[in-house]
Amino acid sequence: MPVEYLKETPSQTGGPYVHIGTLPAFAGLAVRTQEQPHIIDGAGERIRITGLVIDGSGTPVRDALLELWQADAEGRHNAGDFSGWGRAAASSETGEWMFETVRPGVVPWRDGRPQAPHVSLLIFARGINIHLHTRMYFPEDAAALEADPVLRSVEQAGRRATLVAERTAAADMPSYRFTIHLQGDAETVFFDM
Amino acid sequence: MPADGMTGLMAGTQGDIMRRDRNQHPPAFTPQYKTSVLRSPRRALVSLEPGPGENAGPVFKARILEPLDNDLIRNYAQAEGNHGDAQGERIIVHGKVLDECGRPVPNTLIEVWQANAGGRYRHKNDSYLAPLDPNFGGQGRCMTDADGNYFFRTIRPGPYPWRNNGSDWRPAHIHISLFGHAFVQRLVSQLYFEGDPLIPFCPIIGTLPDKAAAERLVARLDMGNAVPFDALAYRFDVVLRGRRQTFFENRPEGM
Ligand SMILES: [Fe+3]
Repeated sequence: MPVEYLKETPSQTGGPYVHIGTLPAFAGLAVRTQEQPHIIDGAGERIRITGLVIDGSGTPVRDALLELWQADAEGRHNAGDFSGWGRAAASSETGEWMFETVRPGVVPWRDGRPQAPHVSLLIFARGINIHLHTRMYFPEDAAALEADPVLRSVEQAGRRATLVAERTAAADMPSYRFTIHLQGDAETVFFDM
Repeated sequence: MPADGMTGLMAGTQGDIMRRDRNQHPPAFTPQYKTSVLRSPRRALVSLEPGPGENAGPVFKARILEPLDNDLIRNYAQAEGNHGDAQGERIIVHGKVLDECGRPVPNTLIEVWQANAGGRYRHKNDSYLAPLDPNFGGQGRCMTDADGNYFFRTIRPGPYPWRNNGSDWRPAHIHISLFGHAFVQRLVSQLYFEGDPLIPFCPIIGTLPDKAAAERLVARLDMGNAVPFDALAYRFDVVLRGRRQTFFENRPEGM
């Protein structure tokens, strides 16, 4: 008999009211109204990331919740006061979401090779039975993107571009646009890590 | 450590999170739950062992919690400046968070949200005709203790109808969110109540391919922990992905 392990508790959708428990002020509750979990403070270059989650009909998902996880500017996780974690709701009107954070540094992969700077994202929503896990990379890092061990593991080279944001014009800080496609020709790469 | 370019074994610093057994979870595309049809990726997930960033995860400190965060009967009224209790059947939900290896998961944040006793959510987008309870917000938080135990106090939520196959009814449920200690241990789920006759009809529970997996989402009545003349108790244990022990790691050639 092989060794027995416990089985992971099954996932269920976060549902349409996921914000009550995760971003109560966004849901309309007069609690924790000062919290701004879409803004991640830390040392380094300030950047903005905006985007949409698009469903299989081309419509923005207006009840999505996104969570972001990243290294600090030096490529470290859980170092000092930097939380590395953020949370944002898609707008109920437009589906737009936004994070303000610092540009992440280089984190080594399992074998020591450098990864291109990136942030990891989780997507929760009604109709999503188990959260989706993706990454956003930065378009300026051409050589690092070419060598990135995770991007290289995506067998269809044409799909790697779904993980690279666009740089957009903004006066105050470097800004990036990341459109996540749940289905279709441009379906974003999602990971099972 | 072997010289560069050699193959050898080296000790890792921290064990990997074990693979997620996707058979325990619903697939993305579940047409009986109609919203999933346009929101389900159709291509295979890209499978990779987690990297250092995925084996690490956000840390939430107990100091972010306020004293009534785990008391949904009182926390909303108090935030609104009232002192009433929420209406409904008073319950305590408690349990242990373990990983797949049976190790307790200490000091991890749990978030919960739910409808009120009439099945209505306090959310700008919920327009169900059941009334709001002025003393109920429906959100709470707690942390597991050093042994992985957690508890919160609330009222039993009501079932509610939703547009799916005409008017489907959700069984009474509490949404629950857990972080664990690694980014890839993240889990959002829902707990149901033992004996609820709506469970077999629920298209969302029906997304689970394995009936035994659905059983593990059912909180059990726990009369032993009921508070006399105050609250019934339900027990709900949660299992997060395990972390492998560290023995040796292959050092790939030329890396
Ligand atoms: Fe619900």
